Amino acid sequence: MSIASRRRLQLGLLLGPVSAFLAVFFLGPLAIMVVTSFLAPGLYGGVEWTFYPHNFGRILGFADPMFEEFDPIYIAIFLRSVEIAALTVLATLLVCYPAAFCIARLSERWKNFCLFLITLPFFTSLIVRLFVWVLILRQTGLVNEVLLSTGLIERPLDLIYTQGAIILGMTYVFIPFMFMPVYASVEKLDWTLVRASLDLGAGPVRTFLRIILPLTAPGIAGGAVIVFIPALGNFVVPAVLGGAKVMMFGNLIEQQFLAARNWPFGAALAMMVMSVMLIMMVAQVVLSGRRNAAAALAR
Amino acid sequence: MQNSIVRLVEASKAFTTPEGGSVTALDRIDLDVRRNEFLTLLGPSGCGKTTLLQAISGFVELDDGSILIDGEDMTDRPPYRRPVNTVFQNYALFPHMTVGENVAYSLEVAGVAKQERREKVANALKMVGLEGMEARRPRQLSGGQQQRVALARAIIARPKLLLLDEPLSALDKNLRQAMQIELKTLQNELGISFIFVTHDQQEALTMSDRVAVLSGGRIQQLDTPRAIYDHPVNTFVATFIGASNLFEGTLDGDRLMTADGMSIRHQPCDRKISTKATALIRPEQFFLAEDNAPFPTIDVDLDQIVFVGSTFELFGRTAEGRKVVAEVPANRRSLVGAIEQSRKARLAYDPSAVHLIGERRGA
Repeated sequence: MSIASRRRLQLGLLLGPVSAFLAVFFLGPLAIMVVTSFLAPGLYGGVEWTFYPHNFGRILGFADPMFEEFDPIYIAIFLRSVEIAALTVLATLLVCYPAAFCIARLSERWKNFCLFLITLPFFTSLIVRLFVWVLILRQTGLVNEVLLSTGLIERPLDLIYTQGAIILGMTYVFIPFMFMPVYASVEKLDWTLVRASLDLGAGPVRTFLRIILPLTAPGIAGGAVIVFIPALGNFVVPAVLGGAKVMMFGNLIEQQFLAARNWPFGAALAMMVMSVMLIMMVAQVVLSGRRNAAAALAR
Repeated sequence: MQNSIVRLVEASKAFTTPEGGSVTALDRIDLDVRRNEFLTLLGPSGCGKTTLLQAISGFVELDDGSILIDGEDMTDRPPYRRPVNTVFQNYALFPHMTVGENVAYSLEVAGVAKQERREKVANALKMVGLEGMEARRPRQLSGGQQQRVALARAIIARPKLLLLDEPLSALDKNLRQAMQIELKTLQNELGISFIFVTHDQQEALTMSDRVAVLSGGRIQQLDTPRAIYDHPVNTFVATFIGASNLFEGTLDGDRLMTADGMSIRHQPCDRKISTKATALIRPEQFFLAEDNAPFPTIDVDLDQIVFVGSTFELFGRTAEGRKVVAEVPANRRSLVGAIEQSRKARLAYDPSAVHLIGERRGA
């Protein structure tokens, strides 16, 4: 057997199991979703096997004139979800970026300890951790009790079931996801470059903008994608901390499947999110690919 | 206009070690760097030379003392407000910028117009022999080329002073020697002072107008390369620069008597010197004695004869067991052939070439 064909066999054996798994449990369901999104909803749940593009029409503006009508609320909910996800990205970044610089400067032992602390939340159930936030934020919760007892406020504040509560909860959940890529690029930062910049007359602000920020940008971009995508589709946090008042796209999809029993419409909504994410991912890959190609050329 | 571009007055700096101790990096250093001078800070690692350089560039804050650059007090000024630029040991080129952007950086920061910037960048790159390389990325360049870009970047804004932190240590030997000459030429062309840090004594002797030999946070000797080589003030300087044969003993007229009974002749001088002293004879000052030569000699048994191209290095041992190194020009091949047979050599020296180091002077 030639080395080349042996290589191919090795590769096949190594990638075989994961490919098979993904084909059955990822591509299969995805195909079912795509097909479902183009079928008509059945009267009592389920689907009718006829081609029916109006599921997308209901969202985008060409609804089935017989039974349904176009409602801009879906686009509005989607845009609000994008806003919340974007603010979550921003908030996690504001927490993680400075922290990464502090931790990167610690000794090896303290570094590892801090990294351990950051992964610690994963050891506890997400739902339990979110309900703790309910205890903290509710009308009779920790924050309100403390503020009332010190006399800073006279009536409890509306903290829970607001967009702010969702962003707070999402930030809390997604901090580890942002931290890891940001930390990886901050830790690699060559501080002699910072010195060189200061030496060449650039003050601290300019040095940050021209040297530190561009050199850590790959970590920031990676963290932003990793946080934005699950944040956009998240329905647990808004369900617990948003109550009935603030709905995100994830909750809408969940409702269509479980409460309204309109599977095709739910599938169409899911397709919408997926295609937006896909476009973003492709854009990111193309952009970073161009960077990498330039770097590869440089080598 | 004063003659000094940099003046350090009693500059002191101590670092605390992780164990809680304290290490003195700079011990009340006074230093005057002249205008248009190539000054080298030379010393073994840990002698304080890099700390001294960083104190001038502003990255190390002094515990005590002050720094004046061109008559202005810079002691409390941050690095980005000092008229000084540095060439870093690992070049420290910005990887996300092109060569042109790297070189233009200090001009861009200073708000120089784009057109002028472009002209100056082209000019600076020309000076270091990298014409037309503006669009390249640092990673596309060889080590020597990156070194030149770093140099162009540091000189483009015409600093009053250029600091070089072991910039040649990563280059291979031939390139390093070529760069040494180029740096010297560049310094003459620019007409600004260079302060060059190195642990390589050959490099220091080759390039410098003056050399400051540092050890233990103090300047041991500050003088021209020749003076430092020929007249070291103490045994540290004598052994750090060049190879040396040292004979410590007591002075008696025109002789120095060692404890183990050797007698070294020297030229009596008027200099006041303690009776205890050390005599220095450089290896190349020995020559192979021919019969009846009117010079004092030392007889040695040869351990090793090494051919290094232009010279033979003889490693011998006196009857007292003292190690002696001598250098003989390679054109004395026939003589060397003879002693190779006998494994014995009679080394002669001129008493006027013997340098006496007084005890506890400057050390």
